[in-house]
Amino acid sequence: MSWTIIQQSLPMFAKGFELTIWLSFIGIIGSIIVGLVCSLLQYFKVPVFHQIASVYVEVSRNTPLLIQLFFLYYAFPVFGIKFGAELCGIIGLIFLGGSYMAEGFTGGFNGVSKSQLESGKAIGLNQWQLARYVVFPQGFSLSVPAMAANIIFLIKETSIFTVIAIPELTNTALDLIGMYYRSNEYLFVLVIGYAIILIPLSIILTLLEKRVRYGSFGN
Amino acid sequence: MAHSGISVLFEGTNFMRLLGGLWVTVKIAAVALILGIILGVVLGVLRTFKNRLLRAVLRLYLEFFRVVPTVVLLFLFYYILPRQMNFNLPADQLATLVFALWVGAEMSDIVRGALISVPRHQVESGKAIGLSRLQLYRYVLIPQSISLELPATINLATRVIKTTSILLLISVMDVVNIGQQIIEANNHTYPTGVFWVYGLIFLFYFLIDYPLSWWAKRLEKRRLERTNG
Repeated sequence: MSWTIIQQSLPMFAKGFELTIWLSFIGIIGSIIVGLVCSLLQYFKVPVFHQIASVYVEVSRNTPLLIQLFFLYYAFPVFGIKFGAELCGIIGLIFLGGSYMAEGFTGGFNGVSKSQLESGKAIGLNQWQLARYVVFPQGFSLSVPAMAANIIFLIKETSIFTVIAIPELTNTALDLIGMYYRSNEYLFVLVIGYAIILIPLSIILTLLEKRVRYGSFGN
Repeated sequence: MAHSGISVLFEGTNFMRLLGGLWVTVKIAAVALILGIILGVVLGVLRTFKNRLLRAVLRLYLEFFRVVPTVVLLFLFYYILPRQMNFNLPADQLATLVFALWVGAEMSDIVRGALISVPRHQVESGKAIGLSRLQLYRYVLIPQSISLELPATINLATRVIKTTSILLLISVMDVVNIGQQIIEANNHTYPTGVFWVYGLIFLFYFLIDYPLSWWAKRLEKRRLERTNG
């Protein structure tokens, strides 16, 4: 292990680090939006759209990100649809993450206890009021643990972007190993890089989970 | 357009080769899951013991495998085992080892979570009728925790199967790697072959994972219905 080699590689790792964070950030926001829309379509059983949402969720959840990316990056251009690698990465991540988030929200909405729903009905709330004042506030807080797990999962999945040569953290390390044949140093920096992102984030998310636990108090 | 792209799948032995690759994928996932689940059950039980040092070490093991992405884990073992420890394994066995250790870590958390959520009065009743610690695990805790563990374990299995797609990074001859070879060899005759080959691999993964995740969902729903009345 040589510190000089580590030091020399840091500027390159910094770039990869930045890209990993940036792509994850967009991917996570996009996934939450897609997930929310799908889970609402399913919750309100919007005709036709809720079936489409269900099919999307099953297809996306049950196939690997790597194949989804290969499809976007290699197979789509055959039909004249071409995206840059980074855009493919973001689309792929949102395609994958959307279904995970949708499952999380749906789980939260379904987790609201029956007694809460019946109490709501008993005081005369209509369907919409029940959703607005009972199901969503409690359902969202119930879905926070799933959302937290998905956020961590999606950040880790960005490491697969290396297969379409997006220069994020993992790709940077593999490139450097290929060029200079020093695996210990570069792998060390790589692991530290992910630890710097994921450890503080998972601590913050755990705190957040504790703060919104009120969702499960109404049973 | 003399050729339709889909026939690339049936040219020569292409289809059989893809199935062969799928078999490699499934074998690695299955062996890793079996080994990992055994490891995870042992570690999960150990994590419910009172020994602080033991718990801290096992927690560290779990967190390491949780924080580091699987791609990176694969490369860590791929580079470090042979170069630092002079320990050479063929790529497919190496992948099985990494996946088994990863499954073991995730499984230990599933098992621990399930064991500690068995109601306290069950443990107390067990103790009251004079069960030893071993008997307590064997007859009370483990049987009761299985219905809690099963859906999470099946979901873990679907994740492991999906994650095998990264095996091509360390040149295992899995279904994705063979797919790439077929695409490259036939690029000239079948320019749209890439769509069909990746499409078929996509379908393979879906056909394996969809029934599993459907089963997990159903078990979970039943369990919730049982507990919530």
